[in-house]
Formats: sequence, structure tokens, C-alpha cells
Amino acid sequence: METAAKAENIKEMNNTGETLSGAEILVRSLIQEGVDTMFGYIGGAIMPVYDALYDYQKELKHYMSRHEQGATHSAQAYARLTKKPGVCFTTSGPGATNLLTGLADAYLDSTPMVVITGQVHSGLLGSDAFQETNMVGLSMPVTKWNFQITKVEEIAEVMAKAFYIARTGRPGPVLIDITKDAQVQKTEYKYERCKGIRSYQPVPKLNMDEISAAAELINSAKKPMILAGQGILLSGAEQELMEFAEKTQTPVACTLLGLSSFPTDHPLYVGMLGMHGNYGPNMNTNQCDVLIAIGMRFDDRVTGDTSKYAKQAKIVHIDIDRSEHNKNISVDIPVLADAKQALTELNKVVSGSEREEWMQTFKDYYQLEYEKVIEKQTHSSRERINMAEVIDCLSEKTNGEAVLCTDVGQHQMTSARYYKFKNPNTQVTSGGLGTMGFGMPAAIGAQIADPNATVVSVSGDGGFQMTIQELAVIRQYKLPVKSIVLNNSFLGMVRQWQDLFFEQRFSYTEMDNPDFVKIVEGYGIKAKRVSKREELQDAIQEMLDFPGAFFLEVVVETESNVLPMIAPGAAVSEMRLE
Amino acid sequence: MKEYTITVFSENNIGLLNEVTIVFSRRKINIESLTVSESEVKGVSRYTIVVFSDEKKIENVVRQLEKIIGVFKALYFEAEEIVHQEVALFKIANSPKLNGNLEALIRRQNAKILTVNPDFLVIERVGYKAENQELFNELEQYGVLQFARSGRVAVSCQKKEFTSYLKELSH
Repeated sequence: METAAKAENIKEMNNTGETLSGAEILVRSLIQEGVDTMFGYIGGAIMPVYDALYDYQKELKHYMSRHEQGATHSAQAYARLTKKPGVCFTTSGPGATNLLTGLADAYLDSTPMVVITGQVHSGLLGSDAFQETNMVGLSMPVTKWNFQITKVEEIAEVMAKAFYIARTGRPGPVLIDITKDAQVQKTEYKYERCKGIRSYQPVPKLNMDEISAAAELINSAKKPMILAGQGILLSGAEQELMEFAEKTQTPVACTLLGLSSFPTDHPLYVGMLGMHGNYGPNMNTNQCDVLIAIGMRFDDRVTGDTSKYAKQAKIVHIDIDRSEHNKNISVDIPVLADAKQALTELNKVVSGSEREEWMQTFKDYYQLEYEKVIEKQTHSSRERINMAEVIDCLSEKTNGEAVLCTDVGQHQMTSARYYKFKNPNTQVTSGGLGTMGFGMPAAIGAQIADPNATVVSVSGDGGFQMTIQELAVIRQYKLPVKSIVLNNSFLGMVRQWQDLFFEQRFSYTEMDNPDFVKIVEGYGIKAKRVSKREELQDAIQEMLDFPGAFFLEVVVETESNVLPMIAPGAAVSEMRLE
Repeated sequence: MKEYTITVFSENNIGLLNEVTIVFSRRKINIESLTVSESEVKGVSRYTIVVFSDEKKIENVVRQLEKIIGVFKALYFEAEEIVHQEVALFKIANSPKLNGNLEALIRRQNAKILTVNPDFLVIERVGYKAENQELFNELEQYGVLQFARSGRVAVSCQKKEFTSYLKELSH
């Protein structure tokens, strides 16, 4: 009933002939595009828009961050879970420049966003007016598209285009800068959703020759391997991937952002790729005969030394973005397609039988990794708790079903390695940009996207302090976000590199931290610290059972490194276990 | 390192030139010359960009250019795959030194005189960059007040024309 009434309401709002202010047109445009949630921070140059928002509180829920960067990360996580563009509002100048990190992050990780920044009066453009920055110029390298609106008549059309571009093809962030005068001028309101742009082809026409060539290669493979990237999640191709893997009996390895696109308890799942991924998939990248890369971009953290990457293998690369083909790795069969589209076609023509011997090599590698690394970390005999023990316990207690939002560093890699993701789209992390401070605000966005989910943010003591102010958002909107800080009093990953590659010269990585529990309690959030192993299980259980927000600081071992590891510049098959 | 000529077709929108050049500057590729003007299709700009680079890099650059929203098509060519020219204008001080020498020079160089006034004259020459440079070298003795060159314009030898790309896009 409510939805029907809402739809009717929206239809009414699209009535033509009404004369409205630019601010109201902007707000109505959002409603037309199906937006009901947004993030942001008010300021001078966006005040007319916020004034219009005041009248649409029923239709549009606005969450006020405490720093614009926090708003972008919340919007990113919201977008990843809902698959709708994340929407952010900020003012001009510093409000707008604070968005840049989030835009760059969303751009590298293909996250759809529509970000609206206020701008000074159009007559003041270029005059170095108060809080004027050239946001179109600044954001150009980190957005899929951007536009500056200076006239009220442009708003409806540009907004339609913005949403169309953000969500279609390879998704990405779009920035719309709107001058204050355009927000207050009035014009007739008429909204039409964008159906296409002549210089932009988001959905490539599937080339069946590419599909047959790929199928032929796949069907002839003896030792194939699938590299599943975020493209699987973005196109919703989890089922198609499963069918493909099972039909061809091909082991599946995930990239960091591809995690949760394939269930970790599936017999064909062989682990994570990359610098801190699992031993088997990395070693076997240089053993397989056919590499089937789907919706991934051969990032340097995945490939290591490209001159020694899968040289023995024929490579099929399915990607929706043509510029990714042959960019980092030369491939034999590029397939320009959406992952779901390509896999659906391939599934009609591929087959394979069980590959016991090939699968056994992954099992052997895993056994080796288990003995040398996993067992030692999850059942540590050291005095201090190991990060892996925390994630292992969290994974078990949540049955791998929580939405895990991680920051950047050792805890991120440990989470990726030890959390046993069961359901699609349950990991939110900053992959390409590696943005410290991403995790907790992301958890806010994830919780808003899925209010009933168990959302857990895992951060380090460094990253947590970069966006710690966002705790106020958890407080204000009473979000039941669970936040874990794995505190080793160091920038752990940098320390690890200093330990391994800089002769243990720990230059400016040690931190004298504040009392996190006290700070979090200051925000009115239940907080707890544990440092003893025997308290860990109960503390995690208490956190998960608590009905509201909960903060758990776990004091962990400083000296522990994330292993195995492909040293920078080394080949994937040179991964070290110790 | 080889010379490549890149042709880009785009909408005539504010900011697009900036987006195009960012693709080069981000990869530290210097632009030797850049010409932008309306193409055979009304409202569609044609860019001719000359760079020195290697093919692998240029292939990537062209794909990145095509990714820009507003860009229809980007192509790259080696020297033998295009017919190209540039225009050069020379402003020379009108002095007695020129007497007797100029006519032969203009004829030999296939240049022409655009304007003459008591203080200076303007010579135009259309040709390859090196040819125009040669004329500059010859004129230098008379005192070249200004030397302006257009940058390369080029048409490709390939059979497929932009209008057919455009047709494909609109289907």
C-alpha cells in the first residue's frame, strides 16, 4: 500500500507545467530516479537545496555525516549493497574538496555515485570568491562524468544523465556542481529519464565469435582457473558463475573485491588472489593452462611482476570496459561483455569433467599454507592475540553471514583471508585506492542499506582515527553498527614492510593511541576492550548479541605479519610463506 | 619511440579538451601538436594530436580516450597511414634587403604572400612541419617578426569514415 501510494506521489511530482525553483527540481529529480536515502553535509552554497529537502523529508532521508569524506564512504557502501547510485550533497570549496578521496575511491572500485556540490553564484565563477574551487577541474580525473550547472533549465536533463551514466556500463561516480543562482532561479518542471547518450555505449553488443573462441579454449583446457572479480557482483552474475564453474569443473579464485561472489565453502573455491591472497591460487596462476578472468582488471596487487605472470597460460578476459583488455596483461581472447551476459552465453556451450589431479594441487598448497601460516595465526601460541584469531572467531560466530566492512591494512587483508563469506555482496572494502578511514563510515552506509543485517566494521587503530568522527552518525541515527578495532599501536602494514624491506627501521609507524573505549563512550556507544585470549570469544558474542551499536577494541600482537606474501616486484609464483 | 597521429571525434562540449589532455599528461606523454576544430559532422569536433610514444602505450591511450563520455571515436595512425599538412604564417619586416630575393624564394618554396604593408609582409606556406621550418630558416636572415604554425591536420587513408562509426553508434 505504502509503495503504491508512494509511486502515485512520484507520478504526481512529475506533473509538467509547475514552476519550481532549481533546488526543488533537483530534489524531485532524485525522487524520480528512485533515490530515498542520501548522505551529506550542509554549507553556504548548497543551502537552497537543503531548504528544499526540508519539504521532502518523507520521500528523502538525509544522513548527516561529520566530515564530507565520511559521507562519500557511507554512500559508496550504500551503493554497493543496494546497487543503486549512492547520493551525496556537500557545499562548495572545502566541502567539495573533502569529497575527492571518496570520488577517487569510487572511481577505482567502480562504485556508482551521484555527488552534488554547491557552487558560488555563476557571476562569481573564476573570481576566487569565498569558498569557490574549480570542482569540475578537480574532479575530472576521478569521475566517470561531471558537469557544472549554471542555469535552472539544465537541472532536470543533467540529473537524468548523471544517474544514467553512474549506474550503466562499468559503474562509477558522477559529480554535478550547481551554482547557487541556478538553485534559486525558477522554471517549468518536466522530468524525463535518460535513455541513451550518443557518444556512450554502456552495454556492448555481445560478439558471438568471441564467445565461441573463448568456449573452444575453455573446453580444451586441462588445468583451467577462474579469476572472479567485482564484475560478477556488479552484474549480479553469482549464479551464472557457479553454473559456469560447476559445468567446466574449474576452480574459482577471487580478487579482493570479488570476494563473496562465490561461496567460500564451495568445493571449487580455492581462495583469494594477490599479494596477501592464498598460496594455491597464486602459485597455480603460473601453472594453469587457461586463465579465465571475469570482471577484474589485473591490478598490480593481483599480478605481481607482469613479465612473469601466467606466461604459460592462454588468457580469456571478460570485461565490460574495453580499455581494460590488454591494459596490464596481454590476453589471448578478450570478451567485451557484461559478466552475466557473457557467462549466460558461455554456459550454453561449455563443459568439462572432474579434474582430480589439478584440484589436488590446490589442496596440497592449502595444506602447506595451513601448516606454515593459518594454523599458527588462528591458534597462536604467542602471548598476544593474533588478528587472525579475531576474524576467525567473528566468521564462526556470524556464520559467515555478516556484512563485513573493512578499512585498509593488515586487518583488511586478515579479514579478507579469514572471513568465510557465504552470501554475495557481503564485503565492502577500499580496494583500488586503499583509503584508510573507509571502513567505519562504510559500515554506516551498509547498515542503512540493510537495516536488518549484522554489519561489522573492522579497522586498525590508524584508519579508525582518520574518520573517527563518524561515530556521531551511528549515535544520531541509532544504527546498530558493530565496530572492531584491531589495535597493535602501529600502522601495521607499513610496519610489516619496514620489517621485511626496510631493515626494521620503523620510521613513524608507532602510535601512542588515545583511550578508544573512553572516546567511543563519549559518543554514547557501548564499548569494550579485550586483550586476553580467553576473553575474546565472549566479547565477540557480547558484541553480536547487543541490540544496538557496539565497539570492540582488541589489543593484538604488534610483531605479527600478514603472510603469505608476494613481495613487491616479485612473481605470483614467488609467494613467500614465511 | 615513434611518431603517432591520434584522431579523436567528440561532442563540442566545455571541458572535453581538458579530459582529453589529462589522458596524456597522466602518462607523461608530451603533446607535440594539437588541433581542434569542427569535423565533417556539424557539432562534432575533430582533434588531431601528434605524440611520440610506443604503440602499446598509444593503444591504451586511445582506449582511455574512447572511454570519455562525449568522445565518439579515437584512432591512431603511423605517418604512412595519413595525409597531413600544417599551415605556417611568417611576419617579416619590410626592408630593402628583400628586393630581388623574395620572388625566387616564394616560387621555390611554393609559398604565397598574404598581405604587404609599409612595415611588414605576411607569407603563408602549407606543407609538412619540416618544410615550413626550412622556409623559416631561409627567412631568418631578413628578420622574422613572428612565426605561427597551426599544428598538424590529417586525414586517414583507411576506408572506414567517421560518419559510418557515427551511424553504428546511433543504432
